[in-house]
Amino acid sequence: MKAKIYVTLKRGVLDPQGKAIRTSLSHLGIDGVDDVRVGKFMEITLKEIGVEEARRRLDEACRRLLANTVIEEYRIEIG
Amino acid sequence: MKEKPVTPELAREHGLSPAEYETVLGILGRTPSLTELGIFSVMWSEHCSYKSSRIHLKKFPTKGPRVLQGPGENAGIVDIGDGLAVVFKMESHNHPSFIEPYQGAATGVGGILRDVFTMGARPIASLNSLRFGRPDHPRTRYLVSGVVSGIAGYGNCIGVPTVGGEVSFDECYDGNILVNAFTLGVVRHERIWLGTAAGVGNPVIYVGSKTGRDGIHGATMASGEFDEKSEEKRPTVQVGDPFTEKLLLEACLELMRTDAIVGIQDMGAAGLTSSSFEMASRGGTGFLMDLDRVPQREEGMTPYELMLSESQERMLIVAKRGREDEVREIFEKWDLDVSVIGEVTADGVGRVRWRGKTVAEIPIASLTDKAPLYDRPAERPEGQDALQTLDTAGLPAPSDLGETWVRLMGGPELSDRKWVYRQYDHMIRTNTLVLPGSDAAVLRVKETRKGIALSVDCNSRYCYLDPFVGGMIAVCEGARNVACSGAEPIGLSDCLNFGNPEKPEVMWQFRSAIEGMAKACEALGVPVVSGNVSFYNETMGKGIHPTPAVAMVGLLEDVSKRRVQWFSSDGDLILLAGADRLGIHLGGSLYLKEVHGKIAGTPPPVDLAHEKRLLEFLREAASADLVASAHDLAEGGFACALAEACISGPGSAMGARVLNPFPAATRPDFAMFSECQGAVLLSCAPAKRDAFLDLARRFRITMRELGVVGGEHVDIEGLARVETAELRKAWSEGFAAALGLEG
Amino acid sequence: MKTAVLVFPGSNCDHDAYHALKHVVGVDAEFVWHKSSSLDGFDAVVIPGGFTYGDYLRSGAMAKLSPVMGAVRRFAEGGGPVIGICNGFQILLEAGLLPGAMIVNDSLRFVCDYVHLRAGTDRTPFTRGIPVGTVLKIPVAHYQGNYYADEGTLSSLEERGQVVFRYCDSAGNVTRESNPNGSARNIAGICNEGGNVLGMMPHPERCSEIALGSGDGRRLFDAMIAWLGERTA
Repeated sequence: MKAKIYVTLKRGVLDPQGKAIRTSLSHLGIDGVDDVRVGKFMEITLKEIGVEEARRRLDEACRRLLANTVIEEYRIEIG
Repeated sequence: MKEKPVTPELAREHGLSPAEYETVLGILGRTPSLTELGIFSVMWSEHCSYKSSRIHLKKFPTKGPRVLQGPGENAGIVDIGDGLAVVFKMESHNHPSFIEPYQGAATGVGGILRDVFTMGARPIASLNSLRFGRPDHPRTRYLVSGVVSGIAGYGNCIGVPTVGGEVSFDECYDGNILVNAFTLGVVRHERIWLGTAAGVGNPVIYVGSKTGRDGIHGATMASGEFDEKSEEKRPTVQVGDPFTEKLLLEACLELMRTDAIVGIQDMGAAGLTSSSFEMASRGGTGFLMDLDRVPQREEGMTPYELMLSESQERMLIVAKRGREDEVREIFEKWDLDVSVIGEVTADGVGRVRWRGKTVAEIPIASLTDKAPLYDRPAERPEGQDALQTLDTAGLPAPSDLGETWVRLMGGPELSDRKWVYRQYDHMIRTNTLVLPGSDAAVLRVKETRKGIALSVDCNSRYCYLDPFVGGMIAVCEGARNVACSGAEPIGLSDCLNFGNPEKPEVMWQFRSAIEGMAKACEALGVPVVSGNVSFYNETMGKGIHPTPAVAMVGLLEDVSKRRVQWFSSDGDLILLAGADRLGIHLGGSLYLKEVHGKIAGTPPPVDLAHEKRLLEFLREAASADLVASAHDLAEGGFACALAEACISGPGSAMGARVLNPFPAATRPDFAMFSECQGAVLLSCAPAKRDAFLDLARRFRITMRELGVVGGEHVDIEGLARVETAELRKAWSEGFAAALGLEG
Repeated sequence: MKTAVLVFPGSNCDHDAYHALKHVVGVDAEFVWHKSSSLDGFDAVVIPGGFTYGDYLRSGAMAKLSPVMGAVRRFAEGGGPVIGICNGFQILLEAGLLPGAMIVNDSLRFVCDYVHLRAGTDRTPFTRGIPVGTVLKIPVAHYQGNYYADEGTLSSLEERGQVVFRYCDSAGNVTRESNPNGSARNIAGICNEGGNVLGMMPHPERCSEIALGSGDGRRLFDAMIAWLGERTA
């Protein structure tokens, strides 16, 4: 089974990369962009362990390793 | 499995000429398998076989009392005394860097690091020579950022300081940037390892990253020009993993402290193919390899792909029979793949098996010794005479010399490169005693009192105007730069970057440059111990200037005697060594290019006997503590060298008041910016003056006293006088300004 | 007196720290591989800089899971001196032994250069005898040295004297220009509440000898030795 994990900086944490990208987009002439936040995307392939169990394990994985909860939040999508 | 049938057309697509393909048929006595075709095509590519260059490379002096290993191995080795040696080489990664600048540059660094540590040496310093197109070309900023980030990303992660280099811009590189990476390591004599497959029955072991489909045909890409279809080649760029390389480095060095192995080589261009065939060739042996045992990270890889893959961070080891477990243990400790994939055989044949079948069976000698060797036609271009014609009297003189001076110092060629080297960790390993910014970087060798000086140089405008003289000058400048630091030049590595060798004028440039370099090497007693050739640096038929980059290595017996290029104290006297070498030489000068928009004329003349005495004088002056700073005249001539000596130090900028060293009747702009060879700007404490002049007389070096360090201006009497602060500001901000980068 | 210099896969500055301690300052030092779970017999712990695990995922994120970190935690709880330099600081943050986190430099570029630091407290083993306000010249070399903590944590650090170093100019003024990476309040180094665990982005082991450009880094190691000497006395 597959899961997708999105790790993003918490609101309020400055995102220098997002800021630089926003500037570059406007240099490219792509207007109308208000804000860019850069995060991480992970694709996890799991053995068939059931959605509940997968969510539980991935949540632990995020808390303990995949996200730094001081500055990041995470979202798990299963299937 | 049904392989694609091999035809002459397919051979051509693989970069083999009809004649080369005929040779393959002759060697095998049959049509090659697809895998065999792949093997021949990469091994006989220009990049791997040097078929167009070998005949000329022989002209280099490669031997000397200090040389332990000349060209032919993964890197050159030069003795530095105390039972130690330095191992070094420079390599190009031009084509991949143009296509994907970050990864191209990063994997270039990775490759050259492996070439050094595969010999048993821990790398202690890296340098690089970079060429980009016009600063205002739309792609230049992107390429500069990408290449510098790539070098930084890889070098910093693996923990080898990047201590110097050069960055230069010219229109001729618009479509073909150059990324030449140099690394040097230190090794104890008894711990040197070579890339030889010896001992019949010895196991052949693969270690490092798993093999994927990266860079298949990277070697052939480097052997062809770019055209409209080059964008399609993007998937062939290899992706580097510096963390794995760091683990590989530590594991290999740990292994090399035992005596469990016989030979080792990194898998670079043409991956498993080149490492296996080259090691067997050196050992006079053969091998049998089973591709099913190669660690793979993709599914369904064919033998063709496995042999040609350029996945990074892999090494091939020949161990002593029975010692496989020792090897395995070390690599498993460092979490790296390790697999016995074959063994050394006696019959001189390279045999590759896959799924129970033999997919390649090639006599080793045919691949290396019988590789094509070309003596391509060389012809001086018809336009060369016109190119060398320069009417200096007709050049309009600038109205404000001071302003021109500031403009040159703040221009793309002379401005401070701090924007670049601040991104490189240049301090790690705590050996860097002269940080980037001087004529040469200087590192200490911790177990001794010695030091190593390093610099990389090439003036490609000179080489374009007169490749023979340009080649001589590239060697002389490198030697002078390390001598200014107080060191004796002990060896060099080169990266010969040229256009399409199938064009007679390019071949003429190549041959002439080598001949010039060889002449200077002989005269100065500096051997060429390693190097690289990069041809086909052309786009849509337009080639680069001949760019034979020279990385010079110097030795200081006592690193405390090192010198830098900037003045140190107010009140110090300023002198010019080689004052008799001054003359009006505007050919190929920076002034001519940046102010008058021309590249024409002939490079300044070189007096090799004088250069040799100069090198010895500089070293003695440093060793005897007579000289405070030394900086040779180069691009921008006397005025720019003086400005650099005043403002390029890490502390506060200093001023200077000097005489005009040229005859009074000399046109002022010519006096300021004429470029000469063999002249060095020096400073010394007043108390040392007499002894210093005596020493110069002993070495028959003409010295002229010019003035004194101090004040708020850089003042050349009768010519120009500019505030130090103004020069410093322009120089500090120029690089970022020229490229439109954030400072 | 013996110092442990931890070595993780990807550590680079371990040799520099060892050299500074053993050959420059003259205190016994030993490498400890990350898989070891004991720090018995050591009086101080140095977590050196580098790119552990390639800085993949986040700097220090994977190193924090190594067995040796359990021993470091116990050692710190016992009051022993622990210094995390650069990546070592990042590992301490990830392990929760120090509050806050590191994000990428605001310039989005790696920066290797000499900077000046203003000492903020003399109660850590490494700043003992270094008066508040002392200006030290020490180099940085990092890509993710931008220290972040929420306002509450920052205020708490200030109030409890846990801000050990701040970036400043050569005269000691804490200015925006002197901050090489955008870190909050120019913070270059902090300590735990107990004051025995110090994390700092600049590299004192790189400037323990004048020949390298500054000898100021040595003062932190000398201070540590003096502090340990007093403790055992």
